[in-house]
Amino acid sequence: MRSVGISIRFLRVWQRNMTVYKKVWKINFLPPILEPLFYLFAFGAGLGALVGTLVYEGTAVSYIGYIAPALIAVNMMYNSFFENTYASFVRMYYQKTFDAMLATPLSIEEIITGEIVWGATKSFIATAIMLVVISFFGIIHFPHVLLLLPLAFVGGLAFSSVGMFFTAIMPSIDSFNLPIFLFITPMFLFSGTFFPLENLPLWAQKAALVFPLTHLVKICRALGLGYMNVSLLYNLLYLVLFFGVFFPISLYGMKKRLIK
Amino acid sequence: MEPIIVAQDLVKKYGKLAAVDGVSFTVHRGESFGLLGPNGAGKTTTIRMIYGFSPMTGGDLRVFGLDITRQSRDIKAKIGVCQQENSLDPDLTVRQNLEVFARYFDVPQKEARERTESLLRFIAMEHRRDAKVTSLSGGLMRRLVLARALINDPDLIILDEPTTGLDPQSRHQVWERLEQLKSRGLTILLTTHYMEEASRICDRIVIVDHGKILVEGKPADLIRTHVGKEVIEVAEPDGDLIRWVVEQKLEHENLGHRLIIYSKDGEELFHSITTNYCTGGCDLRLATLEDVFLKLTGRDLRE
Repeated sequence: MRSVGISIRFLRVWQRNMTVYKKVWKINFLPPILEPLFYLFAFGAGLGALVGTLVYEGTAVSYIGYIAPALIAVNMMYNSFFENTYASFVRMYYQKTFDAMLATPLSIEEIITGEIVWGATKSFIATAIMLVVISFFGIIHFPHVLLLLPLAFVGGLAFSSVGMFFTAIMPSIDSFNLPIFLFITPMFLFSGTFFPLENLPLWAQKAALVFPLTHLVKICRALGLGYMNVSLLYNLLYLVLFFGVFFPISLYGMKKRLIK
Repeated sequence: MEPIIVAQDLVKKYGKLAAVDGVSFTVHRGESFGLLGPNGAGKTTTIRMIYGFSPMTGGDLRVFGLDITRQSRDIKAKIGVCQQENSLDPDLTVRQNLEVFARYFDVPQKEARERTESLLRFIAMEHRRDAKVTSLSGGLMRRLVLARALINDPDLIILDEPTTGLDPQSRHQVWERLEQLKSRGLTILLTTHYMEEASRICDRIVIVDHGKILVEGKPADLIRTHVGKEVIEVAEPDGDLIRWVVEQKLEHENLGHRLIIYSKDGEELFHSITTNYCTGGCDLRLATLEDVFLKLTGRDLRE
């Protein structure tokens, strides 16, 4: 069958997820409010007391000011990636939500696009909430950090599409342990999130450039500390390219999985 | 009569296995058409091609005069589907299930709300409008699936085993609704392996097995042609009776512990059998669609 392709109808799928999200918004709002508080308390008060300040891009910054933007980047990754892995998998596999949608004028491409855009939206919402919480601590730089909002969406698209790619190929929900163990956790630790990449051996620094989170952290940190330069565009470009690669792959994979 | 579905030589292959192997039929406007067959016969695969879920391997399929390979979106907009597996949205309430589904068809919000209310009345579930889907019984879920399939005001409704797994009360509830829809002139395509359902709902049926159509016709005609008017069943038949039946060239099936004799003139035959051979365990009954089905598809277990 010839594909009917993607139209603006994908927003119908996005709308469905938004309807569900709004039903339990109080619960959905809690993690992005509480998580930064936990992290800031642990790393700021706990670890920060040991580290004190460090030099980043030639300037001395407090440890808490160093990691706060990275925590926002991690939060973008988690919200989008987990939405399009576990949550999408539940909708696809257990709830048969996609099967039901396929009996309507929606195409498989629109369903998957709607899901991915929704994943990016969750990254956006969580980032907005986190920004509000963190702004009370006076450790991030306004108005630069407001650019984190569109960035949350772009970064979200990148992590959502790679998450959707895993959803297309995972035989069961337990299998997600694998990409989390091999992809998400190393990224969480080695993307310049908690310590400068320069502390690592050169090969590891190079390898870290493959991780989309490395690039996302770079931009978040620059905005959080209140500066911008041209090299950030390369980081942004990497995220866009990452999305550009995994978005079509995830569409293809899902088509292969669901259309029989 | 205006044809709604014209299927010619439909083929669906999974690797080397042909799940549907050259099926042709036509469904007219206002008609209730049934696809009957044992498990794995190719019923679900056939209707999945019709509602654009599965791409065809071969053949020609037109729905509302449109080509499914090129205009599936326009076709899907005018079809309501009750899939076999429960695909209600457990994250949403009863009412939201209908309203969110209406959005997939671009039904304007106000209209969606009105249709939702009238459909909830139709399935007698107004009092459960804010219930969680997961709290509903199997029968209520199936009624809600039926309502959801009607939310786009379809010209054709496709039902894949609409009453499988339901208790008799719930089954009759669904049948009543289907009969109402039928009387309003809605075209219905359904799959089932309940012969009672097929006899009651369908104007015309096909019996499929191994991906091919075995027979097509009105339920009553099929019974008359393939079985006759009446059936005599004899439990634990003795050898004399079996020899006699064979000698008389009566159409029959010998199942060992049970002998089934098909007859156009059952009463007289029954009389002579009971006086000459049977002492007990001998019954005369009207022939049913189930007799046709078993005769044509065999009595072996499937799957």
